[in-house]
Amino acid sequence: MLATGIIIFREVLEAALIIGILAAATRNISGSRRWLVAGVLVGLIGSAMVAASTEVIGELANGIGQELFNAIVLGIAVSMLAWHNIWMSSHGAALAANASALGRDIRDGQSECSALFLIVGLAVLREGSESVLFLYGIAASNEGGQSAMLLGGLFGLLGGSAVGYGIYAGLLRLPVRWFFTATGVLVLLLAASMASQAAHFLIQADLLPSLAAPLWDTSAVLSEQSAVGMLLHTLMGYDSHPAGMQLIFYIAVLIIISIGMRLAGNSRRVATHKKITQ
Amino acid sequence: MKQILLILLLLPLASHAEDDIYSLIIKDHRFQPTEIIIPSGKKIKLLIENQDATPEEFESHSLNREKLIAGKNKSTIFIGPLSPGRYTFEGEFNAKTAQGVIIAQ
Repeated sequence: MLATGIIIFREVLEAALIIGILAAATRNISGSRRWLVAGVLVGLIGSAMVAASTEVIGELANGIGQELFNAIVLGIAVSMLAWHNIWMSSHGAALAANASALGRDIRDGQSECSALFLIVGLAVLREGSESVLFLYGIAASNEGGQSAMLLGGLFGLLGGSAVGYGIYAGLLRLPVRWFFTATGVLVLLLAASMASQAAHFLIQADLLPSLAAPLWDTSAVLSEQSAVGMLLHTLMGYDSHPAGMQLIFYIAVLIIISIGMRLAGNSRRVATHKKITQ
Repeated sequence: MKQILLILLLLPLASHAEDDIYSLIIKDHRFQPTEIIIPSGKKIKLLIENQDATPEEFESHSLNREKLIAGKNKSTIFIGPLSPGRYTFEGEFNAKTAQGVIIAQ
């Protein structure tokens, strides 16, 4: 029961942290709640479908279909997170100053909501499909003790969701001037972490060279199975045995998104400055 | 010059052909064999066959690998090149019984 709980907890935790951070980051955007719920629901349906087609996906592309699928899903999520952060750096100030003034930006707000929908949906899809397969395995086996294991799974689900809600509630308590920086940094790290995971799948599929693997081995100091390691793995992509290529992806995404945010922030300042001087 | 280019282009293919292949079977939530000895410094291809009806996830933190294998299904995973040492792996869905180790020498 405990083992089941831990496996489900780990899967749910990843999705829950992503949802918690994004839910906080988009709290002032009208309609964002509906899109978030829709993302979770569509993600759940999708995860059942992905789980049911594990065999088919696995056999695609000469047996590396699963790695490709994961890398593509992660790639889309990374670009949506990038888009979100860049959008935020040009609209964040307006959102902070006057939440209700967003009405005029309604079209922008809608595309931001679709990004939110995709990020949440894909997070649930990826983590959920594994949980579905795992629970299916339990239900299909005839070794007894299923109800205890399913109960463990339920506790895992509740535990993971609680941590996700915790980060959401914690972020909302931050004073406004730190709030945007905090959510911005968290989303940036999530994106970099997902890029590193995508590289990991492409290396596993032998589509990318690993370049020094492992680059370091810190499993003795901080294992990814420990609570802190698990949390850091999801939040900032901590890996106890990363390949060099993963680090390159991680840093590249950090730099690209930061530059995008800076440019978007600057162009906004220039635009407002022009308006004032005219 | 052209010939050199051609050789360079074909190099990745050549290295592919050289991959050593090892097989691993999952049966009754256990790995067979539980110990695989491979040469260090060389990339290998591991063919995993899940003979159980239930899905399994091959997972190894030390190898930095994770892959789902549907019930009654086969899968491929590339490993290495590794430096000499012991690399444990497990079937995450049945970690109590599904344990194994790759030894790179």
